[in-house]
Amino acid sequence: MYNLKEVVNKPNRLTSGHRMCAGCGAPVTINGVLRALKEEDNAVISVATGCLEVSTCTFPYTSWKNCSFIHTAFECASATLSGVETTYNKLKKDGKISDDKVTKFIGFGGDGGTLDIGLQSLSGAMERGHDITYICYDNGAYMNTGTQRSSSTPHFADTTTTPSGKVSNGKAQQRKDLTEIMVKHNLPYVAQSALIGNLKDLYEKSEKAIYTKGPTYMSVLSPCPRGWGYPSEDLQTISKLAVDTCFWPLYEVCDGKYKITYRPAKKLPVEEFLKLQKRFKHMFKAGNEWMIEEIQKEVDKKWEYLQMMEKITNEEN
Amino acid sequence: MAIRERLSGNEAVATAMKQINPDTVAAYPITPSTEIPQYFSNFVANGSVDTEFIPVESEHSAMSATIGAAAAGGRVMSATSSQGLALMFEMLYIASGMRLPMTLICANRALSAPINIHNDHSDSMGVRDCGFIQLYCESNQEAYDNTIMAVKIAEKAKLPVMVCYDGFITSHSIENIMLLENDEVKNFVGKYEPENYLLDSKKNISMGPLALQKYYFGIRKELSDAMDNSINIIKEVSDEFYKLTGRKYDLYEKYKLDDAEIGIIALNSTAGTIKDTIDKLRENGVKIGLLKPRCFRPLPYLDIPKELKNLKALAIMDKADSINGYCGPLFSEITSAMFSSNIHVNTINYIYGLGGADTKSSDIEKIANKLQDIAKTGKIDNIKHFLINEKEEI
Amino acid sequence: MKKEYSLGGTILKDGNSENFKTGDWKNKYPYHDKEKCKNCMMCVPFCPESCIRHEDSKLLGMDLDFCKGCGVCSKVCPFHAIEMKSDINK
Repeated sequence: MYNLKEVVNKPNRLTSGHRMCAGCGAPVTINGVLRALKEEDNAVISVATGCLEVSTCTFPYTSWKNCSFIHTAFECASATLSGVETTYNKLKKDGKISDDKVTKFIGFGGDGGTLDIGLQSLSGAMERGHDITYICYDNGAYMNTGTQRSSSTPHFADTTTTPSGKVSNGKAQQRKDLTEIMVKHNLPYVAQSALIGNLKDLYEKSEKAIYTKGPTYMSVLSPCPRGWGYPSEDLQTISKLAVDTCFWPLYEVCDGKYKITYRPAKKLPVEEFLKLQKRFKHMFKAGNEWMIEEIQKEVDKKWEYLQMMEKITNEEN
Repeated sequence: MAIRERLSGNEAVATAMKQINPDTVAAYPITPSTEIPQYFSNFVANGSVDTEFIPVESEHSAMSATIGAAAAGGRVMSATSSQGLALMFEMLYIASGMRLPMTLICANRALSAPINIHNDHSDSMGVRDCGFIQLYCESNQEAYDNTIMAVKIAEKAKLPVMVCYDGFITSHSIENIMLLENDEVKNFVGKYEPENYLLDSKKNISMGPLALQKYYFGIRKELSDAMDNSINIIKEVSDEFYKLTGRKYDLYEKYKLDDAEIGIIALNSTAGTIKDTIDKLRENGVKIGLLKPRCFRPLPYLDIPKELKNLKALAIMDKADSINGYCGPLFSEITSAMFSSNIHVNTINYIYGLGGADTKSSDIEKIANKLQDIAKTGKIDNIKHFLINEKEEI
Repeated sequence: MKKEYSLGGTILKDGNSENFKTGDWKNKYPYHDKEKCKNCMMCVPFCPESCIRHEDSKLLGMDLDFCKGCGVCSKVCPFHAIEMKSDINK
C-alpha cells in the first residue's frame, strides 16, 4: 500500500541544485517515478536532450544522485539505454556484476524527444524487447528552445511556431497519441499518469512499469508554467483539471488489458482546463466558441474509446 | 601458429571480431558491410562468441547503442558503410567527445545521390573530423590485422577507431590470408578494464553533460590532445603486433619511394594497382614510387612531407571529391602538411574511381606520364584532374 | 580537492549539484507555519527542487539555499500552512 509518509523517506535520485525553471513539473515527475525504485536497487538513467538534460547535468555538476546517468543526443535516449541494458546482461553473465545487485534502466524524454525526433529509436528499443522503462514527461511543446509546437501540442494551442493570428487559430492538428502507439507495440505495461493528489497514481504506475519485466512505457503530463502560461504555483491544480476534464485520462494497459485508473466524480467541461492557460486564450474570444466545442468533441471521443477498450479487453471469452 | 585461409574482406573482419569476442555489437545492414552483422549473428547463434548482438532499427541507433554499451563498460564494435555512416554522423562526434573506445568497421562506399553501392571514400572522408582514429587497409590481410589492432589502440587512446577498406573490391574479394590463433588474439587484445563506467557498482557517475563556454573548450582540447598522442599508441601497438605476427605496420607504407623522382599517394586497394604499375614503369627506367597512408587520423603531418621532399612531381589521388571548388581531402591535407614543413613539390590532384568507376593500370600510367612532364618542365597546367573515362562521360 | 570529473566531461561525484545554490532565483519565499502544519508531507514530493527538509515524519522547513520560490508547496498544502511572502528579508 502506498504511504506518502514512508515513500518520502527514500533518498531522492534527482537532487537539489538543478536549473529547471521555478515550478517546473518535470522534476516532480522524475522524482515521482524514481521514488518507486526499491531503495537497495540502483538505476542507470538515459535522458534525451531537452530542458531536463541541460538543467540537471550542467558541467561540472550533476543532480543525479544514487543512480548513474547518460545523455548522448536528442533522438536516441532509448537506443543508448538499450546498449547499456544489453551490456549489463553481458557483464552479469560474465560474473563481472554480482547477482545480488539489481540495476534498472530508465529513459526520460520530453514530448519532442519522444513523440517526434525520438520516435524511431523508442519504437526500435521497445520492439527489441529490452528490459527498460521509458517515460515521457509530456509538456506539449519544445520548451527548451522556447515553446515550439511538437506532435504532442494540443489542438489550437498557441506556440511560437503555431502562433494564433489573424488567419491562424493556433496549432491546426490534434495531438499524436503515443500511448496508444506504444500499446500497439504489445508491451507488457503501458500507462498514462499525471501529478495529482498525493502522487499515488504516479508511484504505483511507476512501480509496475519499472518492475514489470520487458519494455514498458509511461507518459506523464508534466506542466510547464512558462510554455502554458499559468502561475507557477498551480502545478497540482492544473494537473487535476487535466484529468477531471478527461483532457488527460489516467489509464494503464497491462498485457493488452485496458484499465481506467481514475474516473472523475464529475467530468468537467474541457474549458475549465483551458481557461487557466495563456496558450488557449484566443479560444475564449467571441466567435471562437467552435474551437472549444471541437476540442471537447475530441476529448469525449477519446474518453469513450478508452471506456470501450476497457470493456472489450476485459471481457471473459 | 598462424592459420592459412582464403577469405573475403568481410569474412576476414568478421573472423577478427569473433576472435576478439567483444561484449556488445550493434549493427544495421547496409551494402557492402552487411555480411559482417550476418556472419557475426551466426557466431552468436552458434555460441562461438559470448557477445550480445543488438539488431537495431537504424545506423543512428547502431551508433547510439554502441555508445551506450561502451559507456556501460563493455568492449564494443559495429560495422557500416556509406549512407549508414552518414546517418551516424551526429553520434560519431559524441562517441569521441565522450572518450569511448570502440571499433567501427567501414566498408567504404559512395554516397548518394545518385544512389550507388560501389566503392569510393566519400563516406569515411565525410566524417574525417569526427574524432575517430581512421586506419585504411589495402587488402583483406590488412583489414583483418587492423581490426585486431584497432581494439587495443582504441582502449589505450580512449578514442574510437574506424577501420576502412574498399567496399566490394576488398570486402567481397577472396584472398589468401594468414589468421592468428584464437588465443593469440585473446592475449593480444587482453581484458578490457575501463576506468569510469555506468555499471560500476562502486560509484555512480554522470556521462554526457552540458558544458558551456567555461568548460567545453577544455574538454575538446583534451580530445584533440588525445588524437595527437594516439600516433605513439598506434606505433606501440603496431610494434607489438609485428612481434607477434612478423607483419609490419607503419603509419604509412612506402613503395619504391626512397629513390623516386615522381610519386603517387593513394589509399586502400588502389595502392595494389599502383604498385603493379610502378614495377612495370621501373622496368622502363621511370623512377616512380608510392606512399600509401594507413593512418589518416591522426595525420602523420611531420613524417609524410619528409618522405616527399626529394620528389620532382607528386600526384595525390582522392577517391572522394570535396566539391569545394578546389581539390580532394587527401590532397588538401597533405599539401598543407608539406607547406607547414617548408617542403615544396609540384603536386597535382586526381579525383578518381567515384562510385566504383574502374581504375586501371593504364590510368596510373597516364598519371605517371603527366608527372614526368611536370618533372621535366617544372610547370603545372592544372591542379585538379578527374580520372574519368571520356567514353563513359554523359 | 579531489577531481570530480574525468575524460569527456564525465562527472564522477553523483549529486554534486547540491554545491550549486539556486536560492537566489526567488522573488518570493515560503513561510512555513509550524503550528498549522500537520506533517502530512504532501508538499515534499511536489517540491521541484527537492528542498523541503523533513526528519522522523516531522517537516523541518524549506531549504532556502535551493528554493526558487515557485509556490507549489503553498498551493498543495491542505492546511494552508505555507504562505508565500515577498519580503525576502523578513
